[in-house]
Amino acid sequence: MSQYQNNSYASIPPLGGGGAREQILAQVKQNQPAQRLLPVVDVLIEDKNWVDELTAKLEILHVAVFKVASYEEIATILQNESKAADRVVTTIPQLANVATLIESAQEDAHNLENVELAIIPAHFAVAENGAVWITEDIITYRVLPFIAQQLAVVIPREHIVPNMHIGYDRIANTTYDFGVFIAGPSKTADIEQSLVLGAHGPKGMMAFILG
Amino acid sequence: MHSSVTNHADASIEFNNDEPRVNWHDKTLWFIREKRDKASHGIAEWEQLREYASQIKNNVLSNLSDYLLAFEAKAKENGVIIHWAADAAEHNQIVHSILQKHDINRMVKSKSMLTEECGLNEYLEHNGVEVIDTDLGERIVQLAGEPPSHIVLPCIHKKKEEIGELFHEHLGTEKGASDPQYLTAAARTHLRETFLTRRAALTGVNFAVAETGEFVVCTNEGNADMGAHLADVHIASMGIEKLIPEQKHLGVFLRLLARSATGQPITTYSSHFKTPQPHQEVHIVLVDNGRSIHLGKEDFRNALKCIRCGACMNTCPVYRRSGGHSYHNAVAGPIGSILTPNMDMKKNADLPFASTLCGSCSNVCPVKIDIHDQLYKWRQVIVKEGYAPAAKTASMNAMSYVLSSPKLYDFAGKAGRWVIKNAPFLVGNKLNPWFKEREMPAAPKQSFKEWYKENR
Repeated sequence: MSQYQNNSYASIPPLGGGGAREQILAQVKQNQPAQRLLPVVDVLIEDKNWVDELTAKLEILHVAVFKVASYEEIATILQNESKAADRVVTTIPQLANVATLIESAQEDAHNLENVELAIIPAHFAVAENGAVWITEDIITYRVLPFIAQQLAVVIPREHIVPNMHIGYDRIANTTYDFGVFIAGPSKTADIEQSLVLGAHGPKGMMAFILG
Repeated sequence: MHSSVTNHADASIEFNNDEPRVNWHDKTLWFIREKRDKASHGIAEWEQLREYASQIKNNVLSNLSDYLLAFEAKAKENGVIIHWAADAAEHNQIVHSILQKHDINRMVKSKSMLTEECGLNEYLEHNGVEVIDTDLGERIVQLAGEPPSHIVLPCIHKKKEEIGELFHEHLGTEKGASDPQYLTAAARTHLRETFLTRRAALTGVNFAVAETGEFVVCTNEGNADMGAHLADVHIASMGIEKLIPEQKHLGVFLRLLARSATGQPITTYSSHFKTPQPHQEVHIVLVDNGRSIHLGKEDFRNALKCIRCGACMNTCPVYRRSGGHSYHNAVAGPIGSILTPNMDMKKNADLPFASTLCGSCSNVCPVKIDIHDQLYKWRQVIVKEGYAPAAKTASMNAMSYVLSSPKLYDFAGKAGRWVIKNAPFLVGNKLNPWFKEREMPAAPKQSFKEWYKENR
């Protein structure tokens, strides 16, 4: 297969390993410009109804939004949504009556391949873009929200932040091994810009705004 | 194929042969540009964010050596293995040696323009390693035996009927089927099977945070995550300029990236990789490949601020009407035209001329790179270094001679008007690239000077 010309820089002698680190660092240090200061990021936040804002953004992302008062209400909605034969899993103990509760990583993550619906909690949601912040410790398996055919996320109403800056303020004091912002189901528009949901990950997503 | 032609104007001929396709390409990319406008206008502080992003990236370039050291130390603390590659060849060798160590000969790869720049796929295939690109657009061009034509929309040059034909041949879809929903579902099935059976995954890196040692990968499909989380070995390849100082700066860049790229408020997935999973190895390959030299060029170093959103490509009137392949590099369009001459000025001498210098690229750039100014500066460097095409040099010399003599200028103007009126084939012919796809203008009867003399 003919691809692009190889643009490797001609004047750097090939290195068999080991020397590259020192060479790169020295060359960067020599060539980097004089010190430029970091800006203080300070963005004005409007006064808006952030629950409405989040709901509108999620709907644009093809997420089905349910405003609920309790886990019982979520359970009822989920029971109507899923078929008995489907493999439904959750990492939320309060929903153990409608899904198989995952408490610890007992199996090979590849076996999650047949999960029809995964129900997971979110730390918080970002109103400006509909993204929810999820870390490995609350989903047990990193691959879970990607490998499931459908995804449902529970967002505590009091944990909706206006924008990404406030989101990162919240993340700043936490530790995690893996974290991800998820904004809607997996999608692609690579074929003639036609939007198709479910490229590799979930084909659909539900969001429960709780409280 | 494309690599045999290295002149942008010549390379665009094939693309321009199919006029309806060019019109579709032009219109579609402009539509994406309009979506970008709508998304950015929805944010009151958009211009402020661009300024912050620009300043943060200026700070990164001015402290890059310290940030590299800090990132390396933090990532190692997180249990990640760090490699340094001076050039493309060393990068490819490192990736291959990691795979060899684990006795792996099949790998999945999510989108990484760096690996395109390094020619990793060909290198690995030559060494008996099968690579499957998992981004749908990249998989399509891979099956077609072509490189991507756009950094965000790899197969934007392809029509769905052609993709249907490729899938029929390679994935067994129905002959003649071209419905995007149907074709995407077929690719999903094929690639799920692939994700579940590959032990190694390579991803690119959108941002690497010096403060925490984590790196962020953005996708809409979830292909980077499906690959990385199911693999025993995750290799992340990144250019050394991908660093940002602090985690909170991700807030600025993630607000800008997808809005600039496709008009989405954020990509579906923004994954923050910090520590390996139990029994998993994570490797990061830090690649220079000319970047540290580029950093020393005052007029051109700003190009290293690029976050690869592709906004400059979508807005460029030349890119939209010539297609990504005519730029004969992994990164096409305006940004590619100012990045690639740093790597090889001779091979890429045509690219800074593939522009109208309209400045639209600089206006949409989320990190405020002075793209069109750099295009103009590169032209001067290329001519001075003797890399300009002979015909351009000769015509420039002729023009400079004519412009320096008022009498000769008057005569040349008269002659030009006469030719356009009486012998248009002398200029509107195949030898003049400016008249490709263009109509001849009507020649005025007199010059402005003549008109002014009569009417003042």
